[in-house]
This record gives sequence, C-alpha cells and structure tokens, in this order.
Amino acid sequence: MMTENLSSLLYLASSVCFVLAIRGLNSPETARVGNFIGIVGMLIAILTTLALPSILSYELILIAILLGGSIGTLLALKTKMTSLPQLVALFNSVVGLAACFVAAAAFYRPEAYGIGTFLNISSLSIVEMNLGSAIGAVTFTGSVIAFAKLQGLISGSPLIFKGQHQLNAFLGIILLGLLAWMVFEQTETLFWAILCLSFVLGVLVIIPIGGADMPVVISMLNSYSGWAACGIGFTLGNILMIITGALVGASGAILSYIMCKGMNRSFFNVILGGFGVEDEVIQQKNIEDRSIKSGTASDGAFIMENASSVIIVPGYGLAVAQAQHALREMADNLQDRGIEVRYAIHPVAGRMPGHMNVLLAEASVPYDSVLELDMINRDFSQTDVAFVIGANDVTNPAAKTDSSSPIFGMPVLDVENAKTVLFVKRSMASGYAGVENQLFFKDNTMMLFSDAKQMCDEIIQALK
Amino acid sequence: MQPENIDPFIFGITVLVLACFIGYFVVWRVTPALHSPLMSVTNAISSVIIVGALIAAGPATGNFAQIMGFFAVVLASINIFGGFIVTQRMLSMFKKKR
Repeated sequence: MMTENLSSLLYLASSVCFVLAIRGLNSPETARVGNFIGIVGMLIAILTTLALPSILSYELILIAILLGGSIGTLLALKTKMTSLPQLVALFNSVVGLAACFVAAAAFYRPEAYGIGTFLNISSLSIVEMNLGSAIGAVTFTGSVIAFAKLQGLISGSPLIFKGQHQLNAFLGIILLGLLAWMVFEQTETLFWAILCLSFVLGVLVIIPIGGADMPVVISMLNSYSGWAACGIGFTLGNILMIITGALVGASGAILSYIMCKGMNRSFFNVILGGFGVEDEVIQQKNIEDRSIKSGTASDGAFIMENASSVIIVPGYGLAVAQAQHALREMADNLQDRGIEVRYAIHPVAGRMPGHMNVLLAEASVPYDSVLELDMINRDFSQTDVAFVIGANDVTNPAAKTDSSSPIFGMPVLDVENAKTVLFVKRSMASGYAGVENQLFFKDNTMMLFSDAKQMCDEIIQALK
Repeated sequence: MQPENIDPFIFGITVLVLACFIGYFVVWRVTPALHSPLMSVTNAISSVIIVGALIAAGPATGNFAQIMGFFAVVLASINIFGGFIVTQRMLSMFKKKR
C-alpha cells in the first residue's frame, strides 16, 4: 500500500532525477546518461501516482497514455531539426493546456486532492489554482501563436495596433480583479472567465513580437510552462510539481536572459515588441558609393587552400539553404590538407538557444570543433580565413563602433580581425535588423555572391 | 515551533525558493551547445503535471473532472514521450572528433 510518506519520498527521488537530468547537460558526454535519469524520474513519478489508493480505474489512463505517447513519439521522430523551435513551441503549448485541464479537474472535484468541496475550496488553494490555470492558458495560446509564426502559418512580422499595450495592461488588471473576486465568491462562470481572458491575453502578448525575436519568446514560454506546473503543484500540495516547475521556470528564464543579452536588448524591449519595423529608414545611406570586392568559388577555394587556419561562422541562413552537409564536406576537405577548421557560434545564431549547435551536430560536425563566441573571439586575429556563411548582423563591426546603429552594443564575432574574410551571401540585402554590414566594405573582405549550398559545392569542386 | 503547526503553503514556498536556487545554479552550468536539448528536456519534465492529471482520471465513477483528467493525461503524455525522445535524438548526434 502506498502511504503518503512513502509516496512523498518517491516524489523526492523523482525530483532528484530531474535535477540530475539537467545537470547532465554540462557536457555532451554526460548528457545521454542525464536524459536517461530524467526518464527514470518520470517513470517513478507516474508509477508512484498510479499506486496511490485513490486511483481505481486504469483502463482510461492506459488509453490516454498510449494515445498521447504515440502522438508524442511520432512528432519527436518525424520533426526535422530545422523545425525544432516549432516543436518546442508546440510542446510548451501542450503543457500549458494540460495545466488548464488539471486546474479544471481540481475545480470540479476538489475532494480528490483534499482541498475542499465543489465551490467551497479554501481561498489560498483557489488563488493558486486560478493562477496556475491562467499562466497555463497564456502559455497555451502564446505558444500556439509562436508556433504559427515560426511555421509561417501567419506572418512573422510584428502585428502592432494603437493602444495595444494599454489594452494588454487593462486586460491584465481585469484578470487580477477576477482572481481577487474568486476569493470571495467561487462560481463556475468566474473560473471559465479567468481561463478565457487568459487565452485572449496569451494571443495579444505574443502577436506584437517579430519572428526574429522568437528565440526569446519560446524560452520565455518554456519558463511560463514551468510556473504553470508550479502553481498547480501548490494547489494540489504536490512537492514534486513545485520543484520541477521551479527548475523549468528557472531554466526558461535564464535562457531568455542569455538570448536577450546576445541581442543586447532588454527583456521588456523584446516583450513590448515591434522590433524590425521602425528603424529601417535611417539605414539606407551611402550603400551605393562604396566599393566592395567580390570573388568566385575558385578564388575562395584558393585562399582557403593556402591558409593554415579557418574559422567558419555559420548563421541561420545556412540551415535555410540546407547547406550544413555541403559545408561539413568542404571543411573535411580542408582538414584533410592539414588546415585547422573550427566553427564560431553566436548565441543567437539559430532560431532557438543552441539551435545552430544541433544543426551542425546533425551534419556530423564534431562538437569539440564548435566554439562559443567568448571562447573563440580572441582567436580571429591569429586566423587566416574567417568564412561567414548564412550569418550577417552577428558579424557587423558597427555594433562596436557606431553608436547610432540599432545593433550597437550587441556582442559580435570579431571576424574582421582575420587576415581574410570570405563572406557568402546571395545579395547585398541587409540582415533582419535592417542594418547595413560595414564588414562588406573592408579591404580584407571578399564577397562570394551565391546561394550557401551552391557556393560550398563549388568550393568543394575547386578544391579537388 | 512544532513542524505540524506549519502551514502547508509556507512549506511549499520553502521548497519553491530552494528549488529556484538549485535550478539557477544547475542551469547556468549547462554548456551553451546543449541549450536546445535543455529546452526539450525541460519540456518533458514539466509534464510532471501528469501526476495531477492521473489523480483526476483515476476514480472508478465517471464525472466531468475525469474527462478533464483524461485529456490532461493525453496532453502530458505527448510531451513526456515527445520531449525525452527528441532530446535523445539530438544528443545522439553530438559526437567527438574522430
């Protein structure tokens, strides 16, 4: 028989497993074991709960787990690594909605959780419950919008209208008012009103945020999903849910912070949205009258052949062009000639934290030659060739020198310190920040105008 | 002060604050290269909400709360299986130099 003390201890064991699962991500060597420990932790949590005396019928539960499990497995196996951000957004939304359902279940049958009777729940529990369901609801609709933007189902550009922030603030205040009202008078209408208002708020909060800011948004929604679990954990008096919710909440918050820092934007600046709309006009000056040097694939191949070290700077454009494998083949080719090849990754290189690392790993690039900005930035001055492919804003020296630039202060890769910069790009168009890259006009820069994949293939041909 | 006099809420807050600190220190030590697996694994473990869902879906007699519980179990299972599997898929791609 599962006593309350025993189940609490098992829940504690499960929490420890989750901490170790995250801790395992310290390095790729320990990460797989960590993930396995995480699975064990989840198994302990589920089996412990199923053994509780209050659970009597297993058929429905089994059907639910099989149904959900097969959908989840299918999604996880079929999704392309370039669509990873969408998948994470989808998973965030699912947790949010699950939190809403659990809150509704607890509202209609509080006896099952020992927090009172229908419409007569203790005021603390009702606040925790509604807070959990409200955060869950915002997470749900917010993530659905983020998913739709990433997937291209709706336009990724910020949707802005007059009085937007005032409307959001107004709705937020009404939400708090309803929460307070719930303490004095518990009604079904009020419960559903809070839920619906939160659904609407989730949509309104995310629509003004542009597609390029999605790394911050999905990290933030990741964090919300944790806090939703935490809120429900308080309602149900479940330590495991509180601990896990806090871990997830902290993780998402730290990732949002890292992403914001990578773009030198404040969190509020991102959340208030509208980036990439206003600043474009000012940047159009003096594009035409400065000269650039451009070359062909064989020029690029010749320069790299005669180099002793090359640093590749990949950006998301690489993944868009599906050029990861061609790039790795090119790098292998250079390495076979004894040239040192490394990769430099900017924190916001992909569409979510760490995305570019996964994309390179998928193309069988060994992880120990992929280095983060802080680790490699000093090495550019001792490097013969910096090969920029699919990246733009993250290499712009204006971030260091031009205080009027919208990206001023953003940490950038110091590629201009390399002896030669090879910049693969389709045209002279500016990056998502709408800023012209001063790197194009440096004496040591050679532009290689082409599609990323085509250029890699041509360089491989030229190297043969 | 006797432990049984402590409000469960205060107990919960104590656990929450300590867990936030653990989360803070553990997450900062995650290597940036593995931030994507971090997100997917936290997706998976935040579905621990399934614990609450199972309790709602468990009773022998059918009612509205049970239907809610059923859907919550389905959703949480999507995440548990999906989250752990996609994490494993990503991690299996990270290889060292030959």
